[in-house]
Amino acid sequence: MRAGRHEWAVALPLPLLALLSGCGGIQTIGGREGRDAALINDLFTLFCIVTGIFFAAIMAFLFAAYWRRRGWRADRMAEEDERLAAPSRGGALRVGMFLWTGAVVGGLMGLAVASFFTDRGLAHPNSDNKPVVSIELTGNQWWWDAKYHFHDPSKDFRTANELHIPLGAATYIVLKANDVIHSFWVPNLAGKQDLIPGHLNDIVLVPTRAGHYRGQCAEYCGLQHAHMALDIVVDTPADYQRWVARQQQTAPPPADPQARAGYVYFMNKQCSACHTIAGTPAGGQVAPDLTHVASRATIAAGTLPNTVGSMHAWVADPQGVKPGNNMPYIGLNADELHAVVAYLETLK
Amino acid sequence: MTVLSGQDLPRDGEALQGAALHARLERTWGDAPGLWGWLTTTDHKKIGRRYIVTAFVFMALAGVLALAMRLQLAGPEKALMTPDRYNQLFTMHGTTMMFLFAVPVMEAMAIYLVPLMIGTRNISFPRLNAFSYWMYLAGGILLWVAFLLNIGPDAGWFSYTPLSGPQFSPGKRVDIWAQMITFTEVAALAVAVEIVATILKQRAPGMTLSRMPLFVWTMLVVALMVIFSMPSVALGSGLLISDRLIGTHFYNAYEHGDPLLWQHLFWFFGHPEVYIIFLPGAGFVSHITETFTRRPVFAYPAMVLSLVTVGLLAFGVWVHHMFATGLPRTGYAFYTAATMAVSIPAGIQIFCWIATIWDGRPRFKVPFLYVFAFIFTFVIGGLSGVMQASVPIDLQVHDTYFIVAHFHYVLVGGAVFPLLGAIDYWFPKVTGRMMGEALGKVSFWLVFLGFQVTFFPMHLLGMWGMPRRVYTYPTGMGWDEMNLIATMGSFALAAGFVLYIVNALNSARRGAIAGPNPWDAAGLEWATASPPPQYNFAHIPVVTSRTPLWDNRNHLPVMTGLRVDDREVLLTTVMDAVPDLREPSALPSIWPLASALATTCMFIASIFTPWAVVIGTFPIAAALIAWFWPKGPMSPEPVIE
Repeated sequence: MRAGRHEWAVALPLPLLALLSGCGGIQTIGGREGRDAALINDLFTLFCIVTGIFFAAIMAFLFAAYWRRRGWRADRMAEEDERLAAPSRGGALRVGMFLWTGAVVGGLMGLAVASFFTDRGLAHPNSDNKPVVSIELTGNQWWWDAKYHFHDPSKDFRTANELHIPLGAATYIVLKANDVIHSFWVPNLAGKQDLIPGHLNDIVLVPTRAGHYRGQCAEYCGLQHAHMALDIVVDTPADYQRWVARQQQTAPPPADPQARAGYVYFMNKQCSACHTIAGTPAGGQVAPDLTHVASRATIAAGTLPNTVGSMHAWVADPQGVKPGNNMPYIGLNADELHAVVAYLETLK
Repeated sequence: MTVLSGQDLPRDGEALQGAALHARLERTWGDAPGLWGWLTTTDHKKIGRRYIVTAFVFMALAGVLALAMRLQLAGPEKALMTPDRYNQLFTMHGTTMMFLFAVPVMEAMAIYLVPLMIGTRNISFPRLNAFSYWMYLAGGILLWVAFLLNIGPDAGWFSYTPLSGPQFSPGKRVDIWAQMITFTEVAALAVAVEIVATILKQRAPGMTLSRMPLFVWTMLVVALMVIFSMPSVALGSGLLISDRLIGTHFYNAYEHGDPLLWQHLFWFFGHPEVYIIFLPGAGFVSHITETFTRRPVFAYPAMVLSLVTVGLLAFGVWVHHMFATGLPRTGYAFYTAATMAVSIPAGIQIFCWIATIWDGRPRFKVPFLYVFAFIFTFVIGGLSGVMQASVPIDLQVHDTYFIVAHFHYVLVGGAVFPLLGAIDYWFPKVTGRMMGEALGKVSFWLVFLGFQVTFFPMHLLGMWGMPRRVYTYPTGMGWDEMNLIATMGSFALAAGFVLYIVNALNSARRGAIAGPNPWDAAGLEWATASPPPQYNFAHIPVVTSRTPLWDNRNHLPVMTGLRVDDREVLLTTVMDAVPDLREPSALPSIWPLASALATTCMFIASIFTPWAVVIGTFPIAAALIAWFWPKGPMSPEPVIE
């Protein structure tokens, strides 16, 4: 994971924030790796500059007011009183107030217009960006359920907590929620949209650079809100087609004896009641689809990197890794645990 | 000197003044000695003081929670507490700060100050005032006892449905939150009504609307905002309670309800609430600036119009909390414009304060330092608010630490800094002693710098993608350093607060004796002794300008003729403050406390069974009947010239 080192930034004034936000990272609003993110980042920079100018003007006025009066001494009180008693007091300030108000109004109008046109320019469904990929993303406490839809419904497939989308094309995502409100947010690509029970929202992503990004639920959704991330992989079109072709395949029967034992445990213990593995009897719909779980970068909605070790930890004690999540403690013995993980590792 | 005459009853005037008048008024307006007097008092100063102290206790408690949260977030993947505990902490922190500290403390300052500032003997509806305090206290205790029993609410101070609904928040946690809201609504609405009535009908003769002190103007606007916004959250939380308690489906999307309804109702209240909190701060700043520059605030009409404008615009911006919910895009443009427009009156106010300093003769005492801290901090918060008014920018920064930084800049900068300055400024009036200057300056710098170090890095964290309300975050996101800096800053901030409180407690006992007007200020509250006698003013002052004590340095004109054998206040006309009626002011009574206890029992029991609403009504009715039992003819007497 890339991450900026930013500790020196505290001392910088507001306008420089815009520049700072351009630092690299897989989850930052300065990422500019999507068309919308770049547009918003430009607008943000404009706002930072304009508000920075206003901030500087106010501070300059405040400092000047302080500086002008810093040398006041008690023995000059009479002189001061005389000067201040003059009837013309405040004439210049009054003009200043009107000029200042005009400047504030003008600045705000400019920003409002810029904001409006940027908003119009963001990718919308039905705009010129003809979506080439259609995904139905459902938020659950605390994981993401994704269904890729195709013209031929037999090609549809389901995955979880990881989206692949093609570079340079528009991906249309319908956002739904199964339980509480969540919010879909991949800052490197675009702004956020809420997933609300009973509502259908949508978002269009137009990535401009291939890479691996991170998204995270942005609406407080309960106990494990902090552990509801998802991985977004922007593939070149060729890579994307390869990935889709692989996802459309069902899981092959395991060859290795340990994995075969794991398959049996998986189907006969509670696992298959909640999880689906396409091509097997496991067809539960209330938990992440595991057909290609081993190909994903992370498990448990971005909680752990997807390694054999963390898969063991997760299957053995899901409540220790992510307290309160809906996966129960199964109570596998060591052999069963190794076998189940060995089977899951075959699901590339 | 105007004289009110009438039937042959003892009145203040030529025949009765000085020590004799004082003794007579003490007898009429005094409370019973001891605990009974404490429980039955209807004096606005005693209740106001009590309210302020209670609010600060809640603030300190919520501040401790904030420190615990900062420790948990000091580094990635810390396990100082469980996620459940963390979620309770941030819910309790937000709920306490918003409902039990910020709004009550501002109303409490008004309860104490407004009657003194407008030259009257007590607030309107003094028993309602007592009732309001007891309700507020009961609501706060309910929330905190629940938290200590580990059934504190955990759905956030905003309690979005359906997360806060019966399906996803089983148990009593959210019910306790929602009932606490009911308590604070009752308390806040009661005070708002008192403030509006007091300001419109009890101003000293001659205090026309155009001579009203700016804090009084802000409280008039704020109280009207409370009256118009609180019903929205009352409705919202009422529907939530009935969803939870009796199985209605107002917010249940699967039974034709809509979770977004909650967000509309909550933010239609929630955004005005923000201005309810910081407008009084603007009032404090105006008074402090005026006194410490020895100049009337620049462009008074512009200031007043700005206050009123902010109050009106506050009701047109709530959807900017909902830009990511998928409402129609064209509609959003209106809320962007309305939100940005708030900067215009705010900008005018900032200009006027600085212009006052520009033109004045500043004395850099501690209260005035808070004015500088306020301008610096509030302007940053306001400008980052302009950013979020933009829909595209908000779609990125919404629900990130950028927002956490923004609203702490607005609320701490816009309300708490002025409040700390105001406490320092009016401390001599309340206690009769000055607050220590040296310790005051040390605590000021700790609070100011500690605040910046705590909250400025949060802007960066938000821009670097850190969402709000997460109990932990992974390593390698680049958030570690800023979080650690914020945590260190929060402890400096806390140290500043501790010093401030130590200074206040110490000065209340050992501070220099203040005298009636230690700062040489202009308002009527400085025309009486410090601390003021129970009856506030021996004679009701008469106002001839906006800065009465500066323009009548040697002799403040007064009006005489109010009865001294009965609690009587002078009512004046709404616009021009011409003497209108003499109105009896309520005597001390235990029934407001009894009514509050009966109401508390009903509210708390209704968390457990809907029957409580039916049965609990009877004790409340009995207490209210006793409260309002007529004690003889008490119709207002006209003023006879």
